[in-house]
Amino acid sequence: MKKVLLRYLLPLLLFAVLVGFLARGLSLNPREIPSPLIDKPAPAFSLPTLDAPEQQLSAQDLRGKVWILNVWASWCVACRIEHPLLVEFSKTGSVPIYGLNYKDKREDAIGWLNKFGNPYTRSVSDSKGLVGIDFGVYGVPETFVIDKSGVIRFKQIGPVTPEVLRDDILPLLRKLGA
Amino acid sequence: MLRKLLLPWLVTVLALFAAGAPAKEAVPASADPALEVRVLAVAEELRCLVCQNETIAASQADLAVDLRQQIRQKLQAGQSRQEIVDFMVARYGDFVLYRPPLKATTLLLWVGPFVLLGSAALLLLLHIRRRRLDAGLQPWSAEQAQRARALLDDGSGTGNP
Repeated sequence: MKKVLLRYLLPLLLFAVLVGFLARGLSLNPREIPSPLIDKPAPAFSLPTLDAPEQQLSAQDLRGKVWILNVWASWCVACRIEHPLLVEFSKTGSVPIYGLNYKDKREDAIGWLNKFGNPYTRSVSDSKGLVGIDFGVYGVPETFVIDKSGVIRFKQIGPVTPEVLRDDILPLLRKLGA
Repeated sequence: MLRKLLLPWLVTVLALFAAGAPAKEAVPASADPALEVRVLAVAEELRCLVCQNETIAASQADLAVDLRQQIRQKLQAGQSRQEIVDFMVARYGDFVLYRPPLKATTLLLWVGPFVLLGSAALLLLLHIRRRRLDAGLQPWSAEQAQRARALLDDGSGTGNP
């Protein structure tokens, strides 16, 4: 009996554990790397706004309110996937969405917003992508939730899905008292 | 006939190569080759996050090009290798390092393979020992040894003088 247990059941058990690990591995997204910026102050920036380049908007201006930073670009195909959701969300008016227009041309960006709708309170132009680097951006679109004291509380890499909005972002916004 | 068919293709392919050639040539990113060597030395330590199995030195992704530029500027500004690596880790996490530091969260990564190897070796040893016992290969008792010696000493010309 003990021999049967060892010879047949033990390998089966080990195999099941291995399959468990592999299944978990398959369901993970290797592109989603935990950001070291979570629970850290959002990097300071001061960039020209998209609609009026002579005006600057800085992270400091947004202190005291909960806001969402969405990194987008007109050349970014995945941005189109999340865009209708952002437009819809912006209509609820619960928190302002600020756009970081990442490595884009101004005319292209404005044309894109005219075509697909503009969910952003303001967008700023990060034409060289330097602020993007400060935010650890590596796969546009990316979305950050920043609290009243200017601390990053959440980061989404890739398009915001209705599930992410419902299960992660909205509960967090309620918690932050937005 | 065949040649007639092939010739336009050949011309097209050659033309494409010719057109592609200037773009493929590495453009010297800065005038100072010694600086470039240092840039690449740092960039080789760092993983490109867009194409995750390439270093920032090897990758042609836009982000890698930007990050190489960052390294270049920081080296020019007199920053040390460690300062630049810290800058990258602060933004992208330990994941950017090809040699992650040994700390609580990476302990399993560093020690795990050796633990696995050790336990496999232990299992193998136990298995070998048990098989030896199963096969009845116990050491001889004194009586068995005596019997064997007696048989050998019987001296029926087995080569002993």
